[in-house]
Amino acid sequence: MSGDDLIESLEGIYHIQGRDFVDAGIVSSEVKKSLQGKGIPESIIRRIAVITFEAEINIISYAQQGTIQLFIEPDAVIIEANDMGPGIADIDLALQEGYSTADDSIRELGFGAGMGLCNIKKFSDIFELTSEVGQGTHLKSIVKLNG
Amino acid sequence: MNLETLIEALGLKCKCCWEKLKSTQVKGGYAGDLLSDVMANSSAGDIWVTRQVHQNIVAVASLKDLAGIVVVQGATPEKDTLERAGKEGIPILVTDMAKFEVVGRIYRLLSEG
Ligand SMILES: Nc1ncnc2c1ncn2[C@@H]1O[C@H](COP(=O)(O)OP(=O)(O)OP(=O)(O)O)[C@@H](O)[C@H]1O
Ligand SMILES: [Mg+2]
Repeated sequence: MSGDDLIESLEGIYHIQGRDFVDAGIVSSEVKKSLQGKGIPESIIRRIAVITFEAEINIISYAQQGTIQLFIEPDAVIIEANDMGPGIADIDLALQEGYSTADDSIRELGFGAGMGLCNIKKFSDIFELTSEVGQGTHLKSIVKLNG
Repeated sequence: MNLETLIEALGLKCKCCWEKLKSTQVKGGYAGDLLSDVMANSSAGDIWVTRQVHQNIVAVASLKDLAGIVVVQGATPEKDTLERAGKEGIPILVTDMAKFEVVGRIYRLLSEG
């Protein structure tokens, strides 16, 4: 698909502030609402809700700030999460279930199981995670709408 | 079974969304305090049993279309949690029972039908 197609299918851009656990989940709710009433099956909407929530919480937990973009294509929904933060030095390690650098303040809220990225991968049809240490992290998740 | 029947059977206290108790069907249950675990493994219509009280639990329940949240061991849901639950229409129930007992009793109720 070309860049122009992507811009056309952009449904929303949401800003996320690092360490703001009070508003955590607000962006995911917005994304979920945008997907409703468009003939997308509830089970697929719930998968996208999990992906968005885990991406949102990771930006809040680890980055200074970031954005989540939602694209709705005729045959797929695309979630992109970009942040300005410390980045991830070892992506394979970060993707291992149970690996977490979450501190106590994050764990107290019930996060830090080291499952978030695994969940995103599991609920995506296509999953890309790239990062540059000291710059930030980029995550792209595609969920297909037909099968 | 609807939430009202479940609350009465277990003697739970309802902290918000009374108006939804009759119309909310409980299809199953999930227990856990790790939000990513609940996010991944709960199913729509589940009643969620937890010790967490922070308002993030409302986001999880709402995103996964859970039937409601049972907060155990006499823990008090934060004020923000109840406010957000009211807004999002997620019933919050509380009990002094420990998680093990609550889960066992709900499991028996649901499997008896
Ligand atoms: N956006 C990010 N920027 C920097 N580091 C990240 C980012 N996302 C994840 N990480 C790193 O990868 C680790 C694993 O992330 P993952 O989401 O799988 O688990 P977690 O956030 O630690 O716990 P959970 O998501 O289960 O609550 C994190 O602990 C953190 O070290
Ligand atoms: Mg995480």
